[in-house]
Amino acid sequence: MLYLQLFISFFKIGLFGFGGGLAILSLIELEVEQYGWMSQQEFVDIVAVSQVTPGPIGINCATYVGYTVAGFWGSVLATAAIVLPSLIIMLSICRAYFWLNKRFTGNVYFEQTLRMLRFTVIGLIASAALILIKPTTFIDTASWIIFALVAFFTILPQVTKEKKVLPIVNLFSHPILLIVLAGIAGYLIYA
Amino acid sequence: MIGDLFFQLFWTYLKIGTFTLGGGYAMLPLIQREVVDRKGWIDEEEFLNMIALAQAAPGLIAVNSAVFIGWRVGGWRGVCGAVLGAVLPSFLIILAIAMVFSDWKELPAVEAVFKGIRPAVVALIAAPLVKLAKSAMKDKGQKAKDVGLRALPLLVSLAAALLIWLGHVNPVWVILATIVLTLIVEKLRIKN
Repeated sequence: MLYLQLFISFFKIGLFGFGGGLAILSLIELEVEQYGWMSQQEFVDIVAVSQVTPGPIGINCATYVGYTVAGFWGSVLATAAIVLPSLIIMLSICRAYFWLNKRFTGNVYFEQTLRMLRFTVIGLIASAALILIKPTTFIDTASWIIFALVAFFTILPQVTKEKKVLPIVNLFSHPILLIVLAGIAGYLIYA
Repeated sequence: MIGDLFFQLFWTYLKIGTFTLGGGYAMLPLIQREVVDRKGWIDEEEFLNMIALAQAAPGLIAVNSAVFIGWRVGGWRGVCGAVLGAVLPSFLIILAIAMVFSDWKELPAVEAVFKGIRPAVVALIAAPLVKLAKSAMKDKGQKAKDVGLRALPLLVSLAAALLIWLGHVNPVWVILATIVLTLIVEKLRIKN
């Protein structure tokens, strides 16, 4: 019964969760409250851990809540349930998109809409970065130096004219390497 | 077997999922690097289209983007590989934390590492915007030679960013509004 409840709750969350991970957290909170699965403090801790561990926040939170409520199989069910609606709906949207793309290439309305959406998306990404500029992220000057260095190395390959050094520049601009280096810097500065 | 698209997508998304900190948007620079730059599976224009769709559809942006790229690159097998790869690191890491060390977050060393990573994530999201804006400004449909004219739609980007950042408008509405307004403007333009 508990398993079924978990599955239905997280399926609902996946189905009605518009706007990505952070927006979805509030939906998870509602379900958790409604069923009295855990105390509010416990849930706040889970959210904190979900935000500081790798991977999509929604998946992290679903796995953690599922495990807390019903053990290993609870975590499997909650995670599968939150992914399933995405999978079904996004697949349909993809098929529609590729079909439209074939059918309406050259159509002024279709092309212009896609073109403007690209500019909107650039705004969306910018807002995601702007939202993160807050005192908890940028605690001191060192934070801004890390920010500037990572930004510098990310932009570097685009402005490098010399073809010979490009492979090296590309290597150093890899996001994974930059994240690892920033982590090491954080350890050296703050620990 | 290594060349199989299932494993290629699985491996690519496993890397992306393991090194993403902070959810969907933090994933984008990694997707851009691995899927667009390195593998060349999609181009920058399609990358931006993918984000619009992944954001407009319900559910997690990370999973939605995995579905799009999986489908585009390798059909059903691709979708399975990409989604599994995107979800698995999260699942395993959280499971380990929930089972073994529940109080690891209090460790000062862990907190120090995260203090270093957080501003880096902001830079990783923000810096590729220059490149993306350039590729969005590449104008195939219209023949505007003037760079200023081609840059005009960047006002749309600015408006979208401000609406979401300061106005707290849900991005889904901004995407829908873009579609509706573009259709209306085009209709009027063609009539004249």
